[in-house]
Parts: sequence; C-alpha cells; structure tokens
Amino acid sequence: MVIFEDVWLRYREPGRTMGPASDVLRAISFEIPDGGFCWLTGPSGAGKTSLLKLIYLAEPPSRGQIEVLGVDAAGLKRRQAAMLRRRIGVVYQDFRLLAHLSVFDNVALPMRLARRAEAHVRADVMEILQWVGLGAKLEAMPAMLSGGEQQRVAIARAVVNRPKLLLADEPTGNLDDEQAERLMRLITALNQLGTTTVVGTHNMNLVARYPAPRLDMAEGRLRLHG
Amino acid sequence: MARLFIRRDDLGLRTAMGEALLPMLVGAMSFLAGLAVAGALASGTLARHWQGDTARAVTIQVPANEANAVPAVLAATRATPGMSDVRVLPVAAVDELLKPWLGDDVAALGLPIPIVIAADGPGGDGSALTASLTRVTPGVLVQTGALWAARVAALTASLRACAAAMLVIVAMVAAAMVTLATRAGIAQRHFEIEIIHGLGALDGDIARRFAARAAWLALLGGAGGSLAAGPVLMWLSGLAAPFAGVAPQSAWPGLSPALWFVLPTLPLLAGGIGWATAQVTVRRWLGRLT
Repeated sequence: MVIFEDVWLRYREPGRTMGPASDVLRAISFEIPDGGFCWLTGPSGAGKTSLLKLIYLAEPPSRGQIEVLGVDAAGLKRRQAAMLRRRIGVVYQDFRLLAHLSVFDNVALPMRLARRAEAHVRADVMEILQWVGLGAKLEAMPAMLSGGEQQRVAIARAVVNRPKLLLADEPTGNLDDEQAERLMRLITALNQLGTTTVVGTHNMNLVARYPAPRLDMAEGRLRLHG
Repeated sequence: MARLFIRRDDLGLRTAMGEALLPMLVGAMSFLAGLAVAGALASGTLARHWQGDTARAVTIQVPANEANAVPAVLAATRATPGMSDVRVLPVAAVDELLKPWLGDDVAALGLPIPIVIAADGPGGDGSALTASLTRVTPGVLVQTGALWAARVAALTASLRACAAAMLVIVAMVAAAMVTLATRAGIAQRHFEIEIIHGLGALDGDIARRFAARAAWLALLGGAGGSLAAGPVLMWLSGLAAPFAGVAPQSAWPGLSPALWFVLPTLPLLAGGIGWATAQVTVRRWLGRLT
C-alpha cells in the first residue's frame, strides 16, 4: 500500500538553502491498495518522476506524510530506508544499468546486496532472464544490447527480488510499439502475481489499452485520482 | 581477510581506483616511516651505549707543572666512594687522543701536556671528587661523562620525538592521499553508487567496497616501501655502527632487532589507514544521499 497525505516537494536552486523556492509537487494525496495497479500520467514536467522518487525514498518530502508498504517514510533511519528500498523494484526511463557488469551481474545485484546465497542468485537470475526473453544473453554487456533488451534487463533487475512494490518511470519511452506491448505484458503479469504496481507514462494510447486507476498530474498537482 | 579483498567489483573500482599513483605514494610514505622507526630505535641503542659506559667515565687532568702531585691525586681518587679502575693514562695514549689536534709528534711541540687519570665513577657531576682533589692540588680538572650522557639523553629524546612526529605526519599524508584517491573514485562512480544505493545497498556495503580497494592499494604500497627501506637501512646502519659501539662487519650493524618486527607491520598499518580513511570519506559522501 502507498499512501500520500498532503505531500509537497519544494526545490531550491542547487547550492542554496535560502531564497526563492519552487513547488514541484503540491498537496498530493492518494492511496494505492496492496496489489493494485495504477497509472501515473501527465505531460513531461508535470511531476511524475518527482512523485516516484518520493515513493522510492530518493527524496524526502518538504511537507506531508508518506507511507510505503506499511512503513511511515518520515524519520526512517538510513538502514531502515535501505531495507525498505529492497522491497521496492524500480524501472527507470534511462535503464540505469551498470555498464561494466554483464547482464547476469546487473540482474544479480539486488540479490547480492540482500546477501542471498550465490546458488539461489544463479537460479533466480537465470529464471527471471528466461522470463524476460534474455536467457541467451547472460554474459552480454549492456552496451551490446538494444534499447528494448536493456529495458528488459532493467525490469528483470527490478523484479528479481520479488518486490512488493514495482515502480516504472516511462518504461516504454525508448521502445517501439511491439516492444512496449511486450513490456506491458510483463508488468501486468507481475501485478497479477500480487505486486503493487505504479507505471508513469505520458503515452495515453498505452493507458487506453490497459485500463486501470490513474493518477493524472499537471504542474505538480494531482488533477485526477481514480 | 579473503572476504575483504576477493570481492566482486560491482562498482568497477579496479578501473576507477586503478592508478599506480596511490601505491607509489603510500610506498614512499612507508619508506619514510621505516626510516623514522629505525632512527628512533637506533637513537635508543645509542643512548643506552652512551649512558652505560660514558656516564660512568671520569677523567682527571693534573697540570704538567704539578706532576709530583699525581700519586696523591691517585690516592685521593681511589679513596673516594664509588671510584674504581683508577689509572694513569700512558703518555702514548694521551698523545693518540691529541693527535687530531696537535699532529703525530706531540712531544716535539714541547707543550705542557697534563697528566691524565681515568677512572670509572658512580655517575653524577663529580663535584664531590673535584672538591676533594682541589684540596690535594688546586690546578686539577675533573670531567665526568654524566654531562655528556645527559646531553645524549636529551638528544635521543628529541630524536624520538622527531621520529614520532614524522610518523604522525607520514600517516596524515597517507590518509590525505587515500582521501583524494577515494574522492576521485567516487567522482568517477557516483552514478553507479546512486544506482546501488537505490537498490537498497547499505552505506556500509558501498563504503566497504571502496575501503577494500583502498586498503589493498595501500597494503601493496606499504609492502613496496618497507622492502625498499631494508637495504637503505642496512647501508645507513653500517655508517652509524662506530657511534653505536658495534662492529661494522657484523651482519646487521647497529640495527635494532625490533626493527625486523616493525618493518613488516608497516604495510598492515598502511592498509589499515587506507581502509579507515576510505570508510570515512565514502560514508561522509553518502550522507548527501537520502
């Protein structure tokens, strides 16, 4: 479950602690139930990425209450925040793969950080890469993959630890229609397995093909919830 | 130990912190530390030698024109408590001592060379002996080694303080170099760090990766510096052997045996400095991530 109550996010110019600030997010309130699927829509610059960052604890809110997977995000110690992040899978628009690691090692990274036994790591990573159709590219480096393949590696890395919450920020932004369709089938399949899922996109055709509750944003405000 | 170093290079630190500069600089620091430690140990050896023999040495000079008082001076000296091995130095021995200043044929100069009496004393400044001998013959001059021994002790203490200060400075410079190398590594790998932080890595997970790399590089540098210091120390100890009272031909002239235990610990200390410094540097940097 993800709950936002009157959440604001305010930025100052880098390096300044005083002076004028701009509100990136204003008075955001919503609730996503456990196992739910939710679109996060709105034009570029509406605040979708900022809202996702708040959910995966990459930013603290300037004001308001955030609860993620039953945990109040305010006042979390660094170790507790890290442990909560391990329960969240994130797919970034720019993939964020580690260029010097193979496909296998990129996907294995969350499991190794969680100190899973290497035998389990190997089995789970192989399984998830088969699932995303990259079972034959274990040893490939990210630079050798197409954009769609890199996105699938990013998905595999996000879900390999069986997260309770999956966040995807414009996951189809760099993909053609066929790849985008395939990716959405993967994401909805995960959701059907019980993973709470939030997908940020400005592709309304995609939203139309997969009807689900929607958080629609404009200029940092939530203008539609439901 | 193996877990510290044989670790998957998730952050690509073998590339980001792969330059030979850090081991070379830490090696230079380790070399200097080896010299400082050897200096401190050698000054201790020197001080023990001087304080043992020299502090007890007493030299009594009887003016040449009072030579007939020598038997009385000898008797008074032998009668003084704590004095032993009282003897008149042969003229040849005195000439030998004066040779550097007066040349080979001292007698030919016709100078009034004093009669020199040597003895082992109880230490101290010899004022009681001086007072006693002055009553026998007023021109007598008493010198004890205690003054020189005290000066050597002060010199030794200051040498040790300098060596300690040098070790502290060397450690600080080594830590500064590790800090710079770690910051350079962070600058190169901040994107990767942010990714694994986002995946749920603990600060300790990230800091440990940098610390292991820094410790390994510092350990290598420290080992190189210690190895390089060995031959140089042997050469220097050969030069210092006459002052330390050992024969230059001996296997390790003048080097304290303790040095051969200390030198191998320098790489470990360097590794420890690398580990701790990288931990602090990375954790402070991670503080800016939420």
